[in-house]
Amino acid sequence: MTALLVALGAAVGAPLRYLADRAVQDRFGARFPWGTMTVNVAGSLLLGFLLGLPLPPAAGVLLGTGLCGALTTYSTASYETLRLATAGRFRPAVANAVLSVAAAVAAAALGHLAATALPWP
Amino acid sequence: MSGAEQRRVDPDVDLAVPADRAELPAHPAAVLAAVSAGGALGALARAGLSAALPHDPAGFPWPTFAVNLSGCLLIGVLMAVLAKRANPPVLARPFLGVGVLGGYTTFATHAVEARQLAADGAAATALTYLVATLVGALLAVWVGYAATDRLTPSAGGTGAGQRAVRG
Repeated sequence: MTALLVALGAAVGAPLRYLADRAVQDRFGARFPWGTMTVNVAGSLLLGFLLGLPLPPAAGVLLGTGLCGALTTYSTASYETLRLATAGRFRPAVANAVLSVAAAVAAAALGHLAATALPWP
Repeated sequence: MSGAEQRRVDPDVDLAVPADRAELPAHPAAVLAAVSAGGALGALARAGLSAALPHDPAGFPWPTFAVNLSGCLLIGVLMAVLAKRANPPVLARPFLGVGVLGGYTTFATHAVEARQLAADGAAATALTYLVATLVGALLAVWVGYAATDRLTPSAGGTGAGQRAVRG
């Protein structure tokens, strides 16, 4: 049951990342990896929010481990940083690495804060 | 590496690479299905590894750390293999890179783990975790890419590996 929920959530989260990445690049260009940063920060915000809610464990597995886990990616972000650095674009490389981590952790904290501030019955 | 590949920054999808831009309009159902199926497999592997590895909630999040570093090593390997091929299979990157490895590694879990550690008064562990993941992941991508690039002959037969074999 747990495995099915993980797979279902991820089956939605991964294509959502692909489509969102394309949409952001269409709007803002592909020179700096804004698309991946956007999904990583949005996914961290959502997971922080979900973990602050009194959710049943099955919902946490489906939406947290599955959806948010697959919506976000560390492999893509690291590859991008390395590509920027090896292309001699050191400032964008450092900006991508540091900004991604800082914004994602801040988003996770904000999401958690928002969930715990809501007046749940 | 082809000229188009040299412009690539984003291994998921980079609209500066003409083949990436064309793949969704050309085969929307196949590309999205490959990403979706790969994502499910990658997430299952992550969940399985996380369940198998012991984890102290108050300590260093080793399972996510191991998942992210191993996934980064593998994206380096994958992108080096694909860059060597003149015409890689259309669904190889969407399935293996965007799907399997994207679904396997996670940014959100790592962010909420760091937040939780900091909220529990373990700010030093949280910071160590974030920096160790960042540095370790970059090293892993680099090692994966560089080692594969050296060991894989070019498909076209013009690479250093092929020349060496031919003497």
